[in-house]
Amino acid sequence: MSDVSLTVNGKRVSGSTEDRTLLVHFLREHLGLTGTHVGCDTSQCGACVVHVDGRAVKSCTMLAVQASGSTIVTIEGLANGAELHPVQAAFKEHHGLQCGFCTPGMIMAATDMIAHHPEGLDEATVRAELDGNICRCTGYHNIVKAILAASQAMSKGSKGRAKQAA
Amino acid sequence: MGIEGVGARVARKEDKRFITGGGRYVDDMVVPGMKHAVFVRSPHAHAQIKKIDVKKAQAMPGVVGVLTGKELKADGIGNLICGWMIHSKDGTPMKMGAWSPLAVDKVRYVGDAVVIVVADTKGQARDAAEAVEITYKELKAVVDATKAIQPGAPQIHGEAENNLIFDWELGDAKATDAAIKSAAHVTRMKIVNNRLVPNAMEPRAALGHYDKAEDHYTCWTTSQNPHLARLVMSAFYNVAPENKLRVIAPDVGGGFGSKIYIYPEEIVCLWASKKTGVPVKWVADRTESFLSDAHGRDHVSTVEMAFDKDNRITGLKVDTIANLGAYMSLFSSCVPTYLYATLLSGQYDIPAIHANVRTVYTNTAPVDAYRGAGRPEATYVLERMMETAARELGVSPAELRRRNFITSFPHQTPVIMNYDAGDYNTSLDAAMKAADYAGFTKRRADAAKQGKLRGIGMSCYIEACGLAPSAAVGSLGAGVGLWESAEVRVNAVGTIEVLTGSHSHGQGHETTFAQLVTQRFGVPIDSVSIVHGDTDKVQMGMGTYGSRSGAVGMSAIAKALDKVEAKAKKIAAHLLEADEGDIVIENGEVKVAGTDKSLPWLQVALASYTAHNLPAGMEPGLKETAFYDPSNFTFPAGCYICEVEIDPETGLTEIVQFVAADDFGNIINPMIVEGQVHGGIAQGVGQALLEGAYYDGNGQLLTASYMDYTMPRAADLPSFKISTSNTPCPGNPLGIKGCGEAGAIGSPPAVINAITDALGVVDIAMPASPATVWAAIRATKH
Repeated sequence: MSDVSLTVNGKRVSGSTEDRTLLVHFLREHLGLTGTHVGCDTSQCGACVVHVDGRAVKSCTMLAVQASGSTIVTIEGLANGAELHPVQAAFKEHHGLQCGFCTPGMIMAATDMIAHHPEGLDEATVRAELDGNICRCTGYHNIVKAILAASQAMSKGSKGRAKQAA
Repeated sequence: MGIEGVGARVARKEDKRFITGGGRYVDDMVVPGMKHAVFVRSPHAHAQIKKIDVKKAQAMPGVVGVLTGKELKADGIGNLICGWMIHSKDGTPMKMGAWSPLAVDKVRYVGDAVVIVVADTKGQARDAAEAVEITYKELKAVVDATKAIQPGAPQIHGEAENNLIFDWELGDAKATDAAIKSAAHVTRMKIVNNRLVPNAMEPRAALGHYDKAEDHYTCWTTSQNPHLARLVMSAFYNVAPENKLRVIAPDVGGGFGSKIYIYPEEIVCLWASKKTGVPVKWVADRTESFLSDAHGRDHVSTVEMAFDKDNRITGLKVDTIANLGAYMSLFSSCVPTYLYATLLSGQYDIPAIHANVRTVYTNTAPVDAYRGAGRPEATYVLERMMETAARELGVSPAELRRRNFITSFPHQTPVIMNYDAGDYNTSLDAAMKAADYAGFTKRRADAAKQGKLRGIGMSCYIEACGLAPSAAVGSLGAGVGLWESAEVRVNAVGTIEVLTGSHSHGQGHETTFAQLVTQRFGVPIDSVSIVHGDTDKVQMGMGTYGSRSGAVGMSAIAKALDKVEAKAKKIAAHLLEADEGDIVIENGEVKVAGTDKSLPWLQVALASYTAHNLPAGMEPGLKETAFYDPSNFTFPAGCYICEVEIDPETGLTEIVQFVAADDFGNIINPMIVEGQVHGGIAQGVGQALLEGAYYDGNGQLLTASYMDYTMPRAADLPSFKISTSNTPCPGNPLGIKGCGEAGAIGSPPAVINAITDALGVVDIAMPASPATVWAAIRATKH
């Protein structure tokens, strides 16, 4: 057994868990954050993507103890209170989800993708960088559309904020 | 249509919970005292069970119970069944071999469940499962259906000699043979439809909870049809009487057919919960899903298509061998028969058709309906034949199709179906225009300059949806009726709940169904809730598969809405002292037409419940129920065009454009319909280019994880160009045909027709992986 302490969605949490417990199971079973899903067990599908210290990580590839001391954001912590994150809003607006099972991982991966491309995104880049996430429902068409729209909305938003600051 | 009514692109009501992590899937459920189950599965494809020793496992830390098939049988739990009776052409019934939820004396495929281990944690259950000692005597296995029916092949079930389940036929053999004999041209092909694994992203799961005090069971399960699960578990598997069994299918993460069936695991979890006295949860890991989910397709067909001198089809003869795996899954028998051979006329006027289908046991996972279910197999046969015939006859693929299109309706085919409506030229024209078909020759020449091979292929599909008229399917062997039910409850404050027997696992029913209500009464969509997936809440229903929820499920809702509307009008007429025939309901107001007299909707609702002033003899309340049984199948149809560019150095195929022109009849929410088409195309392209389930000769599944089975990823697909033409379906009150499976049905032949066009070869196996394409290119060079 090992002690794990983390900051998850802005809250300090700690617990004791088997050494072999994966981060995804710790989030789901110890913290009740069931929005993060397990789809494949081999780190192929990306349904379990969360942010660990600001980077998108497949939480099924990481032991909970490895993450100890980290700051984690899950799908439950992405929105700003009642206000959806632009990526969440874009997935809804552009019908970027159907059964919803891959969606949390998609949204967390997309958020990270947009953050790493401040210059903006094109369709080919979005498709290439979605390599780690599988969706069986949407054929990706509307996911790609949603990510492009969110990227644009966020860059407008940040330019707007930059202007205000200036 | 209004911004929230029929025809509007309303963003989905259900999305909020999914995008914020608030979805509730079976694995998210927690019941006090709940323990975790792991199944010990057969590592052999075919073996006798000599001995099962559970003592060591029982003594492991955290273990609550280790249970075997013998104990299950002793408690009277029944065998799994196939619910659709097919008779062979000699009149004998299909040979259904026994399928015990936990194998007792023999295992028949890798993954066959043998023992359930229940422990405090999943890790402990896994550890204990490793300690279960099973002694097997291995037997020879056979995985290829064409080999399994050869004399001397390993015998899988005592009931089925040479592993033959049934040898069935449809159509007129004599007339078809005569047509082939007198034909000006006959095209002949062997056509293989590759085995697939449906791969819904949420693995199957079950949580069984036996409440001793109430002698009552609750099952949370990843099901597309919870009522059917309850019926079958009660009537055939003796789990519990229906009134003592509640089945809940909460949010379900995709199904594509694979979650229609009642599998061993949910039965065993319910039984184990009673046996151990604790709630028992099982969640498949992905490899377990690969091994034990029902697979799809796996047909081998020999086909002959006869033409007269004017290139009109005069006959079609199809001989198909279908692999049904180790056991007959719930609807396995109807897929290669009544969902397949009945569609072999396609969009074409074919005077004589004969299909012979042999279904076969093999030492592989059971095979059942996967998105399209029989119709993709029929479409693949026909549309590959049309392409090859066009090339042999030296006419354009479009021209050959046009010449043979059915153009007047209703049209009776020689294989049961009576097409009610359609306009195949319109979808073909739309697709060719969208694809700039005329400009292809130049694009091909430009690609050649870059050293690339470019090809174009089309596919004109038809499918039968809206499953199905109950009496008709009953006469063909179905064990159930295929109607749907609905209940519309107007609350006292005017908000509305619709309880439906359809089940949404990605299809967006909570939005589409609500749009129908909004359209009818003009109430805001947020005041309408759709309730589904729980046998304690919703009356008997038949669930979601076969693109039936729009055409059948919503028709039931429309019928219930008719009754609510009629009663509301009676109440309003009474309150407004007007004639019932003059009452109209618009924008949330109940009005007397042509006057300024009106009542808000909520006031009519409230009046129905206060019951202070109702018409004489009227019962209080505003709640109505309807059952809708369709009068015919529906016939969505369309044309898909795929254009590919192949790198001859690597064999890599890039889909440079994919066009879909579908006729789905009337559409409630175009955004959701488009999403269904996108997803279907992705699965069809997956079948054509990437996906294949492969067993080795010993029956080991070689493609049992996402590292081995290639799922389409975003970079494998283009954005799709899709459009719809809407010939309303005359058979149901909403004019809906259904859209859920079209993409998966229409796309594989379009892709393969494009690839064979690019390479200049007659055929190429699916999946046309880079290695397969590269080899084909090399073969043509030498």
